[in-house]
Amino acid sequence: MYDLIIVGSGPAGLTAAIYAARRALKVLVLGKETGGQAVYASKVENYPGLGLVPGFELMQKIAEQAKTVGAEIIATEAKEILKDGEKFEIKDKDGEVFEGRAVILAFGAVPRKLGIPDEDRFKGCGISYCATCDAPFYKNKVVAVVGGGNAALDAAILLSKFAKKVYLIHRRDGFRAEEARINEIKSLSNVEIVLSSEVKGLGGDKKICSLAVESVSGGEKREVEVNGVFVEIGHIVESDFVKKLVALDENQQIIINQKNETNFSGVFAAGDATTVPYKQIVIAAGEGAKAALSAYAYLQKTKINK
Amino acid sequence: MAEIILNDQNFENEVLKSEVPVLVDFWAPWCGPCKMMGPIVEEVAKELEGQPVKVAKLNVDEAAATAEKYNVMSIPTFKIFKGGQVVDEFVGIQNKEEIKNRLEKAKK
Repeated sequence: MYDLIIVGSGPAGLTAAIYAARRALKVLVLGKETGGQAVYASKVENYPGLGLVPGFELMQKIAEQAKTVGAEIIATEAKEILKDGEKFEIKDKDGEVFEGRAVILAFGAVPRKLGIPDEDRFKGCGISYCATCDAPFYKNKVVAVVGGGNAALDAAILLSKFAKKVYLIHRRDGFRAEEARINEIKSLSNVEIVLSSEVKGLGGDKKICSLAVESVSGGEKREVEVNGVFVEIGHIVESDFVKKLVALDENQQIIINQKNETNFSGVFAAGDATTVPYKQIVIAAGEGAKAALSAYAYLQKTKINK
Repeated sequence: MAEIILNDQNFENEVLKSEVPVLVDFWAPWCGPCKMMGPIVEEVAKELEGQPVKVAKLNVDEAAATAEKYNVMSIPTFKIFKGGQVVDEFVGIQNKEEIKNRLEKAKK
């Protein structure tokens, strides 16, 4: 039996683990991908004290620190959480059950998919959710980036250095990104901006070779020949497995108060999976610390009451 | 078992002509998720010591021709080769057990 089980191993979950383990709690972290989304950031330049650091390196260090102070990390996916008397039971994807006296939900968010046919089939064969990882494979090729935020513009800027042509497809009539990025995109001669349009289909046999692009108003349809598609349309919180346990907002984010408490006593939450504004590594880490301290206070109190 | 480091020259001998299934980890130093997978693949290699399988890494920058030949468009990509053919492939971050299970299947 663990004192605390943390679901998620990104900045929030791992920082919570460090704080809890340093309070001498017996801590288990269950995480699908150690490091979380931060691993996909080629460089992090706003984590205080570290200057410029690759995302994976930062996360490796944080995971290492969590282990050093005594947290146990298991790479698996939590599928179900139940309260049984005094304890929580967390079942993972293989049916294994872990028991804990308190829980912190810090499972973050995952890239939003386009939600069109064949998207999964083309994963690794032309569909990418990580421009940093895959841009160099598209030297002198034609690619499309879908999205209109900072991440989409960054992907298009990076790809323009490799690909001979980049289509930047966005369903709104303007970008929601920093002015400097928008200006840079507009200055790039090999980037074609396609606004008010959506990708409706992917064409190709083993690899993607074309996109069906349709104007949002429905009027105009065109077939665009591409070798790859980079999807940068934000993130979603996959909180279905806890919706019977804790209250969620309309975006499936876990509702928390200032102490990172959910509506369920003994269940805390932190980071991108929650309603906390601004999804940033340093904020997720801070939230993880808060959740751990709240969980510690809760465990102290329940001990006294016994 | 140490991981085998592949390049365009030794790929045929180490992988295509191998008598046992070979897991090939296509990676690059500029890819964060690949670097996270590095130690996990190393553990797989260690834990399967003595079994009739091989674990190998291919840096897509250094062995670009092979990566292109096998249509690697996204990394990390893992392919399992048996008898010179790709019998299984998967893309993105994986956990250790998943990789071991897939290798186990390829052994049969």
